[in-house]
Amino acid sequence: MKLRNTLLAALGLAFAATTAQAEIKVGVVLSATGPAASLGIPEKNTISLLPTTIGGEKVSYIVLDDASDTTTAVKNARKLTVEDGVDVIIGSTTSPASLAMVDVAAETKTPMISMAASARIVAPMDDKKRWVFKTPQNDQQMASAIIGHMSANNVKRVSFIGFANAYGEGWYEQFKKLAEAKGIEVAASERFNPADTSVTGQALKLMSVKPDAVFIAGSGTPSALPQKTLRERGYKGPIYQTHGVANNDFLRICGKDCEGTLLPVGPVQMARSLPDSHPVKASALAYVEKYEAANGAGSVSSFGAYAWDAGVLLEAAVPSALKTVKPGSAEFRAALRDALEGVKEVAGATGIYSMSAEDHLGLDDRSRVMIEIRNGTWSLLK
Amino acid sequence: MDMSIALILSQDGITNGAIYALLALALVLVFAVTRVIFIQQGEFVAYGALTLAMMQSGVLPATVWMLVVMGALVTALDGGLALKAGQGRRAAGVAGWNLGYPLALAAALGGLAVDELPLAVQVLLTLAIVVPMGPMMYRLMYQPIASAPVLVLLIVSVALHIAMVGLGLLFFGAEGQRTPAFSEFSLELGPLMVSAQTLWVLVVSALLIVGLYQFFGRTLYGKALRATAINRVGAQLMGISPTLAGKLTFFLAAFIGALSGVLIAPITTIYYDTGFLIGLKGFVAAIIGGLASYPLAAVGALAVGLLEAFASFWASAYKEVIVFTLIIPVLLWRSLTSHHVEEEE
Repeated sequence: MKLRNTLLAALGLAFAATTAQAEIKVGVVLSATGPAASLGIPEKNTISLLPTTIGGEKVSYIVLDDASDTTTAVKNARKLTVEDGVDVIIGSTTSPASLAMVDVAAETKTPMISMAASARIVAPMDDKKRWVFKTPQNDQQMASAIIGHMSANNVKRVSFIGFANAYGEGWYEQFKKLAEAKGIEVAASERFNPADTSVTGQALKLMSVKPDAVFIAGSGTPSALPQKTLRERGYKGPIYQTHGVANNDFLRICGKDCEGTLLPVGPVQMARSLPDSHPVKASALAYVEKYEAANGAGSVSSFGAYAWDAGVLLEAAVPSALKTVKPGSAEFRAALRDALEGVKEVAGATGIYSMSAEDHLGLDDRSRVMIEIRNGTWSLLK
Repeated sequence: MDMSIALILSQDGITNGAIYALLALALVLVFAVTRVIFIQQGEFVAYGALTLAMMQSGVLPATVWMLVVMGALVTALDGGLALKAGQGRRAAGVAGWNLGYPLALAAALGGLAVDELPLAVQVLLTLAIVVPMGPMMYRLMYQPIASAPVLVLLIVSVALHIAMVGLGLLFFGAEGQRTPAFSEFSLELGPLMVSAQTLWVLVVSALLIVGLYQFFGRTLYGKALRATAINRVGAQLMGISPTLAGKLTFFLAAFIGALSGVLIAPITTIYYDTGFLIGLKGFVAAIIGGLASYPLAAVGALAVGLLEAFASFWASAYKEVIVFTLIIPVLLWRSLTSHHVEEEE
């Protein structure tokens, strides 16, 4: 009997302790290994720079690696929500993994902030996606920058090659729709796998329609292969890439074949060269300096900024959610979701976020600039 | 599609097919002699390519430490056995080869400015690091269970494959590498632009195939391997050591794998896990040869390479599906035409 009482008392104390020290638990799923590692590693480095207290509450981060694998990402999301009871999920790095995690977020009613690019993660808005937000620019914003540049330079026929996964498909849909609206014909459409060792067949097909420009929709270093193959096969025209290649490993792998490549990027990539009047310059530079102080000069990339902006959004939304409920409950998660949806004109490293019930990204044209690879480095197009 | 496109695709397909052919030959060889399905063949490709890339960027390749560790384990096992049997000189020999050699290699690599050496020397050093891992792997993992059923050996291979991919990530990092071409020279033949690297791949593959043919037909060791492949027990009764046959086979397989890696590293970006897919395509080819026939496996490899090239032109989104679906009609045809032998339990 005595033992039982002691146990009960201990149990009571334990509960008291947890409620008194309510902390905000953030679950992070990212691809620190596998094909998307060059995106996931800067994200992981950034997570350690995120705020450790928001609105007076302690914030703890639980980081799990999904090895760039969709199944593992879902498993991790489930573990975080069910076992760890996190208040919000940040992740994952890749679009296929994030799309698959939407179901877990909706099922457990946990807000989720994705660091992946595909517009389909948050649109079209439905009952599940109302729990999901994302920080990277939509393919659509990036695609419109590319298409703007194309039509300004008299490109009429474009060949498209993209990853044979959700990233490539998402880009194709966006790109084709916007291109046709501007009177640009997508003359060839091919796919390749990130792990492919040869894309000669696709390259020939792309060139056989005699395009004015080629657009490669891939991310990371695998995206260098089509470009190298096209140049080897004697293609001389302009090549556009997506912001998915904007890291230094891409420059290293692609070498001189990437000279002249055109791509849209988030302002963080070019933070130092932006004119002072640019609305994102100050907030982007703040991130760049913090990241480079921790990881060395020149180490910053756009991908880490997506993780940073997830932190920025939380910092903006958590205080208003805390007004009504304590973290660690379903009510808090719902309040946090509503607060995230209500974020207005918040400056992150990627752009200015203004969310609404229909728009869970909230970025506009201030969130990208066109750049060119010149002399083996990135330079801002005027 | 016109003639020139077909020619370029064929060239691409044959280049890839040549690599698949080498891997398929190694797979058939390993299976015939030791009954091991050598899944980690692809990892040797990646290790070869990435070890070379690390040397070229002036870093001491971490694979050399893996060699030292494996060598130390072999020394502990074999040297211990020899000492127990009172064969001091044999123990010294074991230690010399398995411990002295890797350490000497590590010391040499540490002392040299490896990134300034000529490419040929770098390639030789790469082979000197990666190839001995083959026989050591046989000694450590397969020799103790040499008579186990095929399934057990397969499971060990899967485990080793996963371990090697993980170690590859640790050694080489997550990012891909490309090495500079052996030479910048290229040849224009009508619509074809044949780069020197393509010629290297084709010539080395052809030489290797001829070399293996001669080895198996003319030399005592080659004949010993063939004998073991045909009848293990019979060969053993004739005085052929199955252990020696196993080590020799793994030596050849590791050599073929590492050499393939070195050959393709300038053509494509190699990641720590690229080897698996290349190895799988070699495996499809080996299956076409029924895991027994070398010529059929080589033909199969070329077919896989060509199919892949043309599929990437016509239906790029379904390329892998097409290549790997090939295995179903092949298995169907093989099971209908060949007569099945139950494996002895």
